[in-house]
Order: sequence, then structure tokens, then C-alpha cells
Amino acid sequence: MNWTWFHRLGSPPHAYRLAQRLTPWFAWPAAILCLLALYGGLVLAPPDYQQGEGFRMIYVHAPTAWMSLMVYTTMALAAAVALIWRIKVAHAAAAACAPIGASFTFAALVTGSLYGEPMWGTWWEWDPRLTSELILLFLYLGYMGLRAAIEDPQRADRTSAVLAVVGVVNVPIIHYSVSWWNSLHQAPTVMRFGKPHMSPAMLWPLLVMLIGFTLLFAALLLVRLRAEILARERNAAWIREELGA
Amino acid sequence: MTPRRRRMTLVIAILAGVSIAGALALSAFRRNVTFFFDPTQVAAGQVPVGERFRLGGMVTEGSLRRAPGSLEVRFVVTDYSHDVPVSYTGVLPDLFREGAGVVAHGRLAPNGTFVADEVLAKHDEKYMPPEVARSLKRRHGESRQEATPAAAGPQGAPPQPPQAPVSTAAPPTAGAGS
Repeated sequence: MNWTWFHRLGSPPHAYRLAQRLTPWFAWPAAILCLLALYGGLVLAPPDYQQGEGFRMIYVHAPTAWMSLMVYTTMALAAAVALIWRIKVAHAAAAACAPIGASFTFAALVTGSLYGEPMWGTWWEWDPRLTSELILLFLYLGYMGLRAAIEDPQRADRTSAVLAVVGVVNVPIIHYSVSWWNSLHQAPTVMRFGKPHMSPAMLWPLLVMLIGFTLLFAALLLVRLRAEILARERNAAWIREELGA
Repeated sequence: MTPRRRRMTLVIAILAGVSIAGALALSAFRRNVTFFFDPTQVAAGQVPVGERFRLGGMVTEGSLRRAPGSLEVRFVVTDYSHDVPVSYTGVLPDLFREGAGVVAHGRLAPNGTFVADEVLAKHDEKYMPPEVARSLKRRHGESRQEATPAAAGPQGAPPQPPQAPVSTAAPPTAGAGS
């Protein structure tokens, strides 16, 4: 197999230009799909037999929670690739993931709290699912804090990458927390083996929203990656050429 | 080539080590991680005596009794092999239903009644429009039997008899406390 495309990704100018070119291809579909899913979820979908209109919170809560896990997995993967192959762009990608993932995690916790009060009768409980998701937020914040605390960029990259790889064990714990232990949170509706426990009229906006959020993450990651590369390569000759100075 | 191999082995070793440490820690803390105890654990005496704990399970159909003129309610929490009677004074959450999941926080009284000071509703993972729920209830057959109670954990609750009445289509009037 020819690996040149992979090695070319490790070149900062190539990665920078590729990110620039790809961003609109993710950003526009993300905007369209999110708006479509919002309309489908808030207007077209029927109310739930138990939760009534309040169940529409799921259209923001579930996709942000899925993204919080997906972004962390991406970040840990980028960190592992960077550690093993010593690719600086991969370190930059991992660093670019962290604030996005932290935002999705924060949004999942806040929407979950707003969802939990009317449905369960509580804003917060020290439940396995809720607690492990809170730990995920602390992992993101710890990763960002560690990066910021180490001045030497190379050491900051490597040390924080180890933290990102170590923290990935929390991802399966969050997903399976509802089936391994007794939890207030219900079992997965969609991310399970077999058919989703949801009527098709309610399900499609949820899936469209998930795709939209995934594309949004990709677009945000590409923009942040470019900013990260610019900051790291600020003295390189190619940047002066690129910016036409 | 060799240093890269070494780094790859190192990353995999770190991941494996942390996973094993995490698995050991979590299995050691199993009792503490569990959010609630089910009626079988209560019957087996596995709950802390004289201390507050959470009881989780399904509300037995037809067990809800309201004391007239007060907020006091009594109901039975079951995991379909053991039952625990619960008494509670206060407003029940909107999603409290007979046949649906519930988590109560309180103490076990000497007479075996669980005196709760907080009751949370635990809904299941099924979402459907009211019409679908009604028609499912009308032909209550296979679709009700395959449903599992939301409260049953894999090692917490024993396997569930298939004929157990699960609330796929409980009437929304059953327990709204407000």
C-alpha cells in the first residue's frame, strides 16, 4: 500500500492548505443538516407518549453527548499517532480537538440537567453515567491545562498526548455505565445492537442532527487546526508566502 | 523503524495498563458506583442497615394508594422477584407511573417499609408517538413481552419473566402528582 498521502499529511503547509480547501465542504452541509434536523425535531416529529413535548430536548442532548465521546476518541487517536510517528500536525490536531470536545461535553451536561429536572425530578445526581461524563469534561480541561502549563512546545505535546491516550479508557466506561451499573439514566435508544427503540418519525431528525454535528465538528477542527499550525509555524518561510507578505 | 516500534509498544502498554487498573478499581468500587439497590438486594440484606440508600425498580401496577387529604402516597417497588413497599410524602415527578421505573431515596423502617424522602422517575429508552403506544396497548402481545424494564441492570436484577407487565403504554394519568 502507498502511504505517501499519509506522510504528506504530516507536512504543515500541505495540511494547512488541505484544511483550508476542505472547510466549506464540511461547514455548509453541517449548517443545512442541523437546520433541517432542528425543524424535523421541533416541528415535524410527534410528541412522545410518556414525555410529551419535553422529549424534544433529546435532539440537542443526545447528539452533543455522542459528540463528546467521538471528539475524545478522535483526540486520543491523533495523540497516539503523534506519539508513535512523531507527527507535529497530529499533535496540533489533538490540541485543536480539546476545546471543541470540552464544549460538546459542557453542552451535554447542561442540556442533560435541563432534561433531567422535568423528566426524572432532579437537576443532578451522582449517578454513574452523569459522573463519568463530568469526569470527561475534567479530562478535556486537564488536557488543556497541562498543555498551557508546559512552556516547551515539544514537551507540552508529548506530555499532554500521554494524558489524552490514558483518558480514553473513560469513553467505554461512559457508554456502558448504564448497563454495567444500576443507573438513573436509561439504556441507549439508538447506539445499541438491534433496532433503535424509537419511531421512524422521531428517529430521522435525531440521526440527521448527529451527522450535522459530526460535520460541524470536522469543520471546527479544520479551522482550529489551521490556527494551531499558524501559531506553531509562525516563523516559517512558507507562511509568509502563503499570506502574501 | 525500531524506535517507532518501541513507541508503539509503549503506547499500547500504557493503554493496557490503565485499562486493567481502571477495571480493577471499578470492580472494587462496584457497591459504591451502583446508584441504587433493587428489591432482591434488599431482601438478601445487602443494603446498609439504618442508613439512607436508594431503592430502584418498577412500580407495581395497581399498588399506588393515596392518603386522602394529604400528600402521602404508598406504592410497591418490584423487580419481579421481590417486592418492597414504599411510603412517601411529597409531590411525585410527572413521569411517575405504575409499571414504570422509579428510584426512591430514603431508609428502611423496622417493619420492612421503605420510607422515602425523595422519589425520582426513571423512564425507559423507548420513544414513540401516543397513537403508536395506544395501538401497541390494544394488541398487547409480542411487543409488550419483548420489552424489558428500564431499571433492571445485568448483574443487579435477575432475568425477567417474559409475561411481566411492562408499561409500554401506561395511561399518562396514573401518577401525575401536580
